[in-house]
Amino acid sequence: MAEYFTLFMGAVIVNNFVLTRFLGLCIFFGVSKNLNASVGMGMAVTSVMTISSGLAWIVYNYILHPFGLTFLTTVVFVVLIASFVQLLEMIIRKHAPTLYNLWGIYLVLIATNCIVLAVPLLNAESNFTFTKSIVHAIGSGAGFALAIILMASLREKLQYADVPKSLQGLGIAFILAGMLALAFFGFSGMIPL
Amino acid sequence: MMSTSVLILLVLTTLGLLFGFILAFANKKFAIEVNPLIHIVEDVLPKGQCGACGYAGCMAYAEAVVMNPDVPPNLCIPGKEPVAKAVAEMTGKVAAAVEPRIAQVCCAGVTGKAVKNYEYHGVEDCVAANLLFGGPKTCSYGCLGLGTCVKKCPFGAMTMSEEGLPVIDPEKCTGCGVCETVCPKKVIAMMPLGAHVRVNCKSKDKGAVARKACSAACIACTLCMRECPHGAIKMENNLAVVDAHVCIEKCTDAKCLAKCPTKAIRPAVLGIVPGTESQEAVEKACSSCAKASTPTA
Repeated sequence: MAEYFTLFMGAVIVNNFVLTRFLGLCIFFGVSKNLNASVGMGMAVTSVMTISSGLAWIVYNYILHPFGLTFLTTVVFVVLIASFVQLLEMIIRKHAPTLYNLWGIYLVLIATNCIVLAVPLLNAESNFTFTKSIVHAIGSGAGFALAIILMASLREKLQYADVPKSLQGLGIAFILAGMLALAFFGFSGMIPL
Repeated sequence: MMSTSVLILLVLTTLGLLFGFILAFANKKFAIEVNPLIHIVEDVLPKGQCGACGYAGCMAYAEAVVMNPDVPPNLCIPGKEPVAKAVAEMTGKVAAAVEPRIAQVCCAGVTGKAVKNYEYHGVEDCVAANLLFGGPKTCSYGCLGLGTCVKKCPFGAMTMSEEGLPVIDPEKCTGCGVCETVCPKKVIAMMPLGAHVRVNCKSKDKGAVARKACSAACIACTLCMRECPHGAIKMENNLAVVDAHVCIEKCTDAKCLAKCPTKAIRPAVLGIVPGTESQEAVEKACSSCAKASTPTA
């Protein structure tokens, strides 16, 4: 149990995918302008990541690994995640229109995102068990949600700040992300992955 | 070597086909029929995404107006009559007339007329300035003049004059009301098009207080109210209020204009910086407005 807890907390804080590994920066900057959108994005990424990690684990351990085709992992995972997200979008659209209105636009953004691909790849590389993969995926998703929600809260406040003209918009957002990353750097080494 | 490449082909082809079939199957199974009318209606809407209709953008309104029989076809204010007619025709609904309206800045407190409590050097944004004791002007109802409305106008119809008040371009203003919503002082009001006069002040202070804060303020002297033969002007909370509908229908000569001692009542001609026009300019504008008073609706 303690092992899972460390894995989870490690993925959320110490090895935060956005702020220490610098993955998923596209959506991190694109959707962090407003708090509501970032909460939706965080939840969508977490759920997609968790389910696709599970699927990827099955494909890796029952198809790729036994046939000795582990060098195909990246290609197969890209295809797997892209089709899974498409499928998920169709199902949600049909059966949960409310959820689709909340998440729908984010799902398409996630389909080919590096952060969703990185988690299954890392799981495969570290030879995690199925449960561990899922825990790691949930942790990484929570870490992403944490980072994007922090960023959105800061950027909402920033609207009323007197930012120099040359830094307005993305410029100050990058500086802000750098500072957040520095803060998270303080956690490094607390839990070895 | 040979066997590996065969294996790669086999695995990738199988997986690709599998995913392909699953998606193809899901596409049929979870297909949703979207009413094509929604897109046709959306094409007609002006796409300012202003939200004046009460929906989150033009697409949402198009969907609501097509799918829900209770949603009237005339909610699009920027689109005015033609859009309402087109939407009504497509959805088979009866269009009530859209009352054309236009934004009016109800403040004449230009620099020199409105007294200031302090000089503001902060962020160029009315919402931010309003947080600082309600802004630099002594009159707590006046326009802050930092142009939040100008920045937010989805149709580019507003500019900031040198005197520090927003000017509305009547050609471009669609009456969507975004400026009214973003203004922290609520100094912008939407007025039906065609009224002769407007009250260029929002101050609810008592006469003496209002006059001390701004020489262009409405001091609620009731002269205009007594002058108006149609009863279109009333006093509410120390402020003259013009009933635009009565003004459009009955008034022909706008006598109230000459009576106002502080010139807080002005002709409802747009494009002039409120509070700066000379008396001749006002009279000229007024006579033209009285002539062209047939409501454009």
